[in-house]
Amino acid sequence: MTRFSIPDATPIVALTVNLKEENKSMRIKTLNACTIAMAWFLAAMLIAVPVSITAATAEELAGLETLPGADDPAARGLAIARETERRDAGFGDSSATMTMLLTNAYGETSERELRNLILEVTDESEGDWSLIIFDKPRDVNGTALLSYAHILDPDDQWMYLPALKRVKRISSVNKSGPFMGSEFAFEDFSSQEVGKYSYVWLRDEACGERTCHVTERTPLYEHSGYTRQIAWTDTTDYQPRKIEFYDRKNQLLKTLTMADYRLYSDQFWRSHDLFMENHQTGKTTRLTWGEIAFQTGLTDSDFTTNAIKRAR
Amino acid sequence: MDKRQTMRAVTVLWGCLSLTAPAVAADFEFTGYLEPELQAFPNKGNVQGQKRWNSSVALELTFEAFWEKGDQYIVFTPFGRLDAQDGNRSHADIRELKYAYIQGDWEFRIGFDKVFWGVTEVAHLVDIINQTDTVESIDGEEKLGQPMVAISTVQDFGVFDFYLLPYFRERTFPSMSGRPAFDIPVDETLTTYESDDKRQHLDFAVRYSNTFEDWDVGVSYFQGTSRDPILLPTFNGPGSLVLAPFYAQIRQASIDVQATKGAWLYKFEGFVRRELKEEHVQATGGIEYTLYRIFESSSDVGIVAEYIWDDRGANARNIFANDAVLGLRWTPNDTASTAVLLATTVDMETKALGLSLEAERRFGNDYFASLEARFFENIPASDPLFSFSNDDFIQLRVARYF
Repeated sequence: MTRFSIPDATPIVALTVNLKEENKSMRIKTLNACTIAMAWFLAAMLIAVPVSITAATAEELAGLETLPGADDPAARGLAIARETERRDAGFGDSSATMTMLLTNAYGETSERELRNLILEVTDESEGDWSLIIFDKPRDVNGTALLSYAHILDPDDQWMYLPALKRVKRISSVNKSGPFMGSEFAFEDFSSQEVGKYSYVWLRDEACGERTCHVTERTPLYEHSGYTRQIAWTDTTDYQPRKIEFYDRKNQLLKTLTMADYRLYSDQFWRSHDLFMENHQTGKTTRLTWGEIAFQTGLTDSDFTTNAIKRAR
Repeated sequence: MDKRQTMRAVTVLWGCLSLTAPAVAADFEFTGYLEPELQAFPNKGNVQGQKRWNSSVALELTFEAFWEKGDQYIVFTPFGRLDAQDGNRSHADIRELKYAYIQGDWEFRIGFDKVFWGVTEVAHLVDIINQTDTVESIDGEEKLGQPMVAISTVQDFGVFDFYLLPYFRERTFPSMSGRPAFDIPVDETLTTYESDDKRQHLDFAVRYSNTFEDWDVGVSYFQGTSRDPILLPTFNGPGSLVLAPFYAQIRQASIDVQATKGAWLYKFEGFVRRELKEEHVQATGGIEYTLYRIFESSSDVGIVAEYIWDDRGANARNIFANDAVLGLRWTPNDTASTAVLLATTVDMETKALGLSLEAERRFGNDYFASLEARFFENIPASDPLFSFSNDDFIQLRVARYF
């Protein structure tokens, strides 16, 4: 935030100069306005660039070197979550297909095919925008769900029903119900923002070949389906490897295991194999992501109530 | 729709499309469903020729071609039904045949298309672009494709849609042997229009819509041929009493609003219509509330309560003049996408009662079954639904998607 406070003051100066120039001819005025704008821009660059470099370096250090100690588990837990988010910042937009394989306790399976478009919202007080388009089962082909995610308030959501050509604003209070009959709730794969939970670091322990920070996180959203979650985040890439979900009676409900992490743009890790197991019903869902495309040029206008009617 | 005119419209449109379609690689998609249907009518029909049982089969195909990352596309959706009893219900329609071009915040569409406006669940008052395909369903939700030129733009201050509607689609009506149907049949050969241009009258519509946080608001204007015909009792050639559809010219301004407040949805829509030198108002509004995860299960129960009002009072043209609707929707959120909707409609004036049950679920990955039952009770002769009073029915459809 501090890096913007200095250039923010400059337009006032520019405006004052502009007023003084008012009596001169149009051409000179325009020229002056351009010069002032240019000067403002240069000044802003000069001030902003070094500050942002310093800030990034400081953050980098904070994330990796100076994680708060075990004596302050809340601060340590929060810092781990912040680091995960920081490593994902700047992805811009992404687009990918996913399949879900639903298996019930008797081993019967059914399949879902979806496409997911995400637009990163950089404002920390808001969640990302997403568009989910259903391809299979075929009876819901073309149905689309548009969400503007919020941190602690219900998201803004619209559903497009292709048979009626109707876009319907829907209530999004409940994010904890089964998503398309799967073991995933919308809550589980909607945008994971730091502000959605409070954190307590529990311990560091081995997880497979890696070491993981084990953190307990408590959803702050009042209509969450969970009392708490235990998350295993690896200490090298800060990606979640496993999450346990406890239901509203504080009983272990589900375990999510994330595997097949792939690196995009040398920067963004994405799990391509998410396996959710419901311990109370014996049902499982395997969510498999196809190749993810980043920075495909999606803009605000791809996430409107008009665009969802033609989502492809 | 006149078949020759349909053919001509299709030929012209196809000509335009082949000119615009470039020789670039496009993504093609072909989908559709085949859906047999069985209907049972527990009561004997009022009219000779009406049977207790009926069967039919419907087929809808969708061909899509996209190119330039979906910024240009063509969609063609023909639909048809073959009905064992009702010749009028055996019909074909072009639900969609359109070319669309998207340039930034602008969208341009030409061809047959479907457009939905509105927020309420029962009466769709402001939804006016498309004609209702009554023989498909009496709930008014099935629509005929409408030829149009449409331009939409999404701006910071809202969405604007402009429509030019160069050709009119007449409402479909069941024949003598069809059910449910009016006791006096509609004779479409006696259709008349207020405008001398008849079906060629150029209609237009404009709509502004926007979202203001929890509020979704739409304001629309329509000028042209009324989609809702006046049915005039008259004698046809052989001297039988029939209803002749008359389509007046109307001007209509409408508004639709939805407030989404947590689990509560508040809805309102209404219009002022000027028709045959008279103005009248219709409005509907209500709530939708969802109880999530009842009894700690994954089931949701939704409650819909709506009221529908016509300032002309009880009248022969509107089945919803002073009606209240209460509906309950149960969705267990299971793998089969099961949903059950129970609804009851009461005419506050005539005390006529309508009951409906709609249940649906998926079987396997590609089959989808829907059961619908409608019962009409206590319908006095003064109610426009009187003809339906012995047309209670139970209907089962099983669709195979591909």
